[in-house]
Amino acid sequence: MRLYALAVYAFLYLPIAIIALFSFSAGRSAASLQGFSVHWYHKALHNPFVLEALWTSVRVAFLSALLATIAGTLASLALTGMRGRVRAIFDTLVQVAVMIPGIVIGIATLIALVSVFDLVNPWLEPLTGLKLSLGTGSLVAAHGLFTMSLVILLVRGRMESLDPALIEASGDLGATPVATFFQVTLPQILPAIMAGFLLAFTFSFDDFIIAFFVAGSDTTLPIYIFSSIRRGVTPEINAIGTMVMGASLTILIVAQVMLRRSQAQPRP
Amino acid sequence: MTKEPLSTDATTQVRAGDTIAEFVSTSKQYGAVLAADRLSLRIRRGEFLSFLGPSGCGKTTALRMLAGFESPTDGGVLIDRKDVSKVPAYKRPVNMVFQQYALFPHMTVAQNVGYGLRQQRPRMPKAEIAAKVQKALATVRLEAFGPRRIWEMSGGQQQRVALARAIVNEPKILLLDEPMAALDAKLRSEMQHELLALQRSLGITFVLVTHDQEEALAMSDRICIMGKGRIAQVGTPQDLYDRPRSRYVADFVGKANILEAQLTRVQGDTGTATLANGIAVHPQVFAGDTAPRKAEIAIRPEVLSLAAAGAPLPEGTAALPARITHRTFLGDHTEYLLVAEGIGPLQVNVPRQAERVLGGHDVEAMVQILWPAGTGLVLAAEATTA
Repeated sequence: MRLYALAVYAFLYLPIAIIALFSFSAGRSAASLQGFSVHWYHKALHNPFVLEALWTSVRVAFLSALLATIAGTLASLALTGMRGRVRAIFDTLVQVAVMIPGIVIGIATLIALVSVFDLVNPWLEPLTGLKLSLGTGSLVAAHGLFTMSLVILLVRGRMESLDPALIEASGDLGATPVATFFQVTLPQILPAIMAGFLLAFTFSFDDFIIAFFVAGSDTTLPIYIFSSIRRGVTPEINAIGTMVMGASLTILIVAQVMLRRSQAQPRP
Repeated sequence: MTKEPLSTDATTQVRAGDTIAEFVSTSKQYGAVLAADRLSLRIRRGEFLSFLGPSGCGKTTALRMLAGFESPTDGGVLIDRKDVSKVPAYKRPVNMVFQQYALFPHMTVAQNVGYGLRQQRPRMPKAEIAAKVQKALATVRLEAFGPRRIWEMSGGQQQRVALARAIVNEPKILLLDEPMAALDAKLRSEMQHELLALQRSLGITFVLVTHDQEEALAMSDRICIMGKGRIAQVGTPQDLYDRPRSRYVADFVGKANILEAQLTRVQGDTGTATLANGIAVHPQVFAGDTAPRKAEIAIRPEVLSLAAAGAPLPEGTAALPARITHRTFLGDHTEYLLVAEGIGPLQVNVPRQAERVLGGHDVEAMVQILWPAGTGLVLAAEATTA
């Protein structure tokens, strides 16, 4: 049984480990290890295309995570105040949203955005000279929409485990509802909100499928990697992939620790 | 401990109209459930009042309507003669000690205790808050625990923090929602004494909700017994034990034998009733009761005594022939379960001292249950079905 488990883990993680290993290769082949150097990291970090894609990715990830966190937290608070069927429907929809394949969301968002642009632009352009098009904005919108459901799931879970007597106790002690929110509710759910932000950030940063559909002429890091592969895999790609993976893993671990902390806190 | 004007004799000196809070035909409906059904009750300034009843009897609803967490669907709640039915909890001059304490886990003990003071507008100076917090912590003997985190405190300590957090605001009424439920038996009785001493020294009105009759008996000036959303009876602990109006109250406070009887005559505060086996007894009656009618008589197990079959009877004592089915020795007294001829099961508690002098009785022995005249109580006519 233990051997079986080891085999499964090896199957899952060995290819990733090999990519990380090969990224330190000194040679030109992406599929073998020839000596050891950080040459390819150096090269990747001085490649203007990589840097530009990285900047786009970070910007999109940050903005979409911010959007998702604010909207998702507000939605969670509203859902907690709701009763019965309405809440059940919303909760189910949120859970379903997380499970819809990225490609479906990508296509659906693309069609929706393009339709909206077609509808709005004829009015907007003569008035303001602006023209809506695919790009960073649509990336932020698409990622924010999807990751909002992640945030809602996390924050809702925390709200559910929050002792309602804490809110009552705060009111009993003379705190207005607004004061109660900032002094009791928010500190209690803050770890979940921050974990939600980090998850949303990682998701957006790593996402290829949805971005591929709605990015327009913009290039995010995953899109850059994908298009580079068509010109052949180099150790540079391995290095970029390893860095992306390292950053994502770090953020995910931080998010996990935050969630653990907030849940492990003993309740009186 | 400081003596304040409202100390031990506060309740005996209640002046007419000295009511701190009042339920005026207050009802609370949740969907189809009537959780509180036309409650009418005056809570006196400075008293220790308990709402006692099984779960679902409406006692917590009553407390929550006082706190402001629920608003009545009908009738009103007055605090200091002002209708507060629509006043939210944060504007009411009452504070609550919650069942699971509801201490804020992200704050220290001192921050928890000072929470109520920090909400006051205009703002209270920080130094004043700190001084009051320290005084409140001293009151509950936790002076040194201010900087601790909540989860570093034991259950009993958390309970005292919750208490300090409430009393530091000098509420007009302190509400306690089963505060002792989470403590073990020994700590519970310690806490009862502490609470009582605190109430005497602060002179604050305490309103306690509990399902534990011993707790209510031990601590309360008055007890309000509730059942099915209604007030069954309000009175002092002795009053409720000695003069329960209904079978429900007689059963809930202490143990009681309830016997069917025909009330044949009422003379002053004593009546004559014929039991199912034809024997006449002379129980007490409530003022205004009338005969003849079918009635229920409640009699406490310790009022009855046992004598060997055929033994001579004291003057005025009725004797019910019975067979002993169980005998349980409980230290200070022995519990006998008997089947009385023509009546059914009855319980008699014999004090250890009486048994030492007169000797015990064996299971299966035929004995007489002695019922002295003027003991037992004919339950009120209107309450027999409650």
